[in-house]
Amino acid sequence: MSLTSLDATLWLAFVWLAIGGAGFLAPRNYFYIARVLFPLGALVGLLLAGVALDAVFHEPVSRVLPLGLPDLPFHARMDALSAFFLLLTGSVAAGISVFAGGYFRHGEQGTLPGLLCFYYHVFLASMALVLVADDAYFFMVAWESMALSSFFLVTTDHRHAEIRRAGYLYLLIAHVGAMAILMCFGALQGGTGSYQFDAMRAVQPGPVWGTVAFLLALFGFGAKAGLLPLHVWLPEAHPAAPSPVSALMSAVMLKTAVYGLLRVTFDLIGSPVWWWGVIALSIGLASALFGIVFAAVQTDMKRLLAYSSIENIGLIASGFGLTILFRGFSMGPLAALALTATLYHCINHAFFKSLLFLATGSVLHSTKERSLGKLGGLIHRMPWVAWLSLVGTLAIAGLPPLNGFVSEWLLLQAFLFTPGLPHAYLNMLVPVAAGLIALTAALSGYVMVKFYGVVFLGQPREAKLAEVQDAGLWKRAGLLWLAGGCVALGLFPLTVIGLIDEVTRPLTGFGIAGQSAASGWLYLVPISAERASYSPLLFLLVTSLLIAIAWLGVRLFYHGRMRRSAAWDCGFPYLDSRMQDTAQGFGQPVRQVFEQYFRVEQTVPSPFDPKPRYAETASDPLWHWLYLPFARGIMRATGLVTVLQRGRISVYLIYSFVTLLALLLFVR
Amino acid sequence: MLHFLSLHAAELINLCASLILLIAFAMLAQRKILALINLFAAQGLMLCVSTVLVAFVSGQAHLYWSALLTLVLKVLLLPWILHRLIRKLNVKWDVETLFNVSTTMIVGIVLVILAFNLVQPVSQLAGAVTKSTLGIALASVLLAFLMMITRSKAVPQVVGFLAMENGLVLAATGATHGMPMVIEFGIALDVLVGVLILGVFFFQIRERFDSLDTRHLEKLKET
Repeated sequence: MSLTSLDATLWLAFVWLAIGGAGFLAPRNYFYIARVLFPLGALVGLLLAGVALDAVFHEPVSRVLPLGLPDLPFHARMDALSAFFLLLTGSVAAGISVFAGGYFRHGEQGTLPGLLCFYYHVFLASMALVLVADDAYFFMVAWESMALSSFFLVTTDHRHAEIRRAGYLYLLIAHVGAMAILMCFGALQGGTGSYQFDAMRAVQPGPVWGTVAFLLALFGFGAKAGLLPLHVWLPEAHPAAPSPVSALMSAVMLKTAVYGLLRVTFDLIGSPVWWWGVIALSIGLASALFGIVFAAVQTDMKRLLAYSSIENIGLIASGFGLTILFRGFSMGPLAALALTATLYHCINHAFFKSLLFLATGSVLHSTKERSLGKLGGLIHRMPWVAWLSLVGTLAIAGLPPLNGFVSEWLLLQAFLFTPGLPHAYLNMLVPVAAGLIALTAALSGYVMVKFYGVVFLGQPREAKLAEVQDAGLWKRAGLLWLAGGCVALGLFPLTVIGLIDEVTRPLTGFGIAGQSAASGWLYLVPISAERASYSPLLFLLVTSLLIAIAWLGVRLFYHGRMRRSAAWDCGFPYLDSRMQDTAQGFGQPVRQVFEQYFRVEQTVPSPFDPKPRYAETASDPLWHWLYLPFARGIMRATGLVTVLQRGRISVYLIYSFVTLLALLLFVR
Repeated sequence: MLHFLSLHAAELINLCASLILLIAFAMLAQRKILALINLFAAQGLMLCVSTVLVAFVSGQAHLYWSALLTLVLKVLLLPWILHRLIRKLNVKWDVETLFNVSTTMIVGIVLVILAFNLVQPVSQLAGAVTKSTLGIALASVLLAFLMMITRSKAVPQVVGFLAMENGLVLAATGATHGMPMVIEFGIALDVLVGVLILGVFFFQIRERFDSLDTRHLEKLKET
């Protein structure tokens, strides 16, 4: 019997679990955990990526696992969609695990390292299993173990009250979402009572049940992905978790939610209705804009990145909505284009966001500081981290020739083709959406300039920053792997699209690699060469040529004729770090422009205060408008029930006694 | 001797059952913890004897094992554990009940009548030998429950819990000639572990409140 890709994946997931269990052999030995187990986990990630890469090009395989309840075994299946997301999981996890090998060290975490290793690898394995699950039961088991293990990872440092609070919020929203997903599967089984995905594929739900299932899926998976209005856990949980965990959650876990959405909508429901796309599109756009505007005013590195994750998930959701829109109107090639952009952005975001989270982790480790207001000038002290995160920064800002540009450009291309839609209002509204996408992309560039500039450029804002150390070898290796991924994904879009084609073809019936191949290997052509084409290699060549010429020119003609003199200092005798633009100052224009979307609280000192302190916080209005009233309502309702709680054992015993007697009398 | 037994087995079983009921009432009225534990042991012994009788009459060999289990666990081991516990905790003093004893007794009588009334349709179907024991079994379960309610100290509550289990075993032997051995072992283990855990709890409660009065636990209520 030959080993199929599915079997290999399942085995690798179990190896991850075994590595997690091996953490208990010497739970306090940092060397064993960090230098042996985590790199082993990274190796498993690489193997998984290899297996998945092979599986993308093969026919779906499925099998029944000898696990599960009696008469209710787990079913697993590997098709191109699963394989694509497994490729993402494995390749990104490899980089993050290597980094984590150098990250976890003595006395920093409140959790035993062996336990941490266990949660971490259970998290990885459950994400892999979510992607191959082929019945609702297995899916939910894997999904919930993913939620629980990540909860324990978020609360790694449970000694702080705010971290416990963040973990609680995360767990709460994860469970509300999981319930919605469970109900979605209930709606999908269509009265057959079978919870295998095969049965759900065979059942064609009517428009009502299809819509119910779609909305529940959007709610449930949206809660996990961090779509509006269920995004509140993201900016709390990401800063609370250790950096490799934030990277893993943001890069991979959010993508499993995207996978779930795609699986339910295009595979299990099968025939989406066009107006679902409008809902997904509007939620996605709102999340994108919300996320990036809030990212612009953050002063904590990891919160900034968390809000940026909301933005990127928003972009992915808009691509997803656009795909449904095109599918609903039977415009196959355009649906394939939008889906390609969506999937491409998934893998891009996984790479650059994990790179940036890990970079902030290195900075945090070296400086013990994550407030942007206390960093600065780190490019001199931490050149490795600085240059590698420059790659991530440029990628996330959507600049060519890196990967972020390709997917955002493809998404924009997909939006620009919408005038073909057979619906008058949509024809007018979708270009507005394209405008919003462009605005989001521009703002994300702005945010990234702020992030990079404040952390790495300028002068150090604190004296202690003068003696920070650069990241160690393990961390560098992890960062290098992810940065390499960003570059490769950006430079060879045709290869990636060839891969994604295998995914889009079963789901939409079309792929876009065909047109591109017709126009030569150098150019990426989404629809036709007359409309738009892009060649990252050519771009890289031209820009590097220009830079080389400029550098040579300066060196040949300008050097040696320089005259050094004191700089004009605007009347100040010296420049110090307090004169540079701060994170808050840099975000001020955005805060002014979008003022009505923030809930700003200011404490302004009195003019006679000898030690004036000025504080300003911009918080999430949804928290105050939606969550707090809801929580108050729940508290009021439960207040009625607490009458039963008397705190006296006799009273509780009387409750059960009376119930027993009543039941006895009733049954009689 | 054996001849006598086989002739009067049904009467003897009924005698044992009624003694169990009597002891249940005695426990309801008893205020001293030490005496309460001794009564519990006596109830266990009666249960053991009645199980042996049922085994003898019905010829079910596994009931002898069940009787042995009852003897070891409920007559010897658990009373010994409880004795040791109260010696260690030094709580031999009188137990105050939440309601006065006579009221409790009246409620108990009502419960017995109710129990006999309730099991009537079931005991029609039960084995001929042990027909009337079912009512007694249910009555002693309810009486033990009542005892748990009326006591405020932790140890009597645990004794009540154990006495409830006695009633259940009596019901099982009475109605169906005993449960399967596996289940019986399982229950026995549960009871043993339960008592051990509760023993730990006793120490915790006393450490916290300097007393074993569970009324102190009211402080744990959410306000």
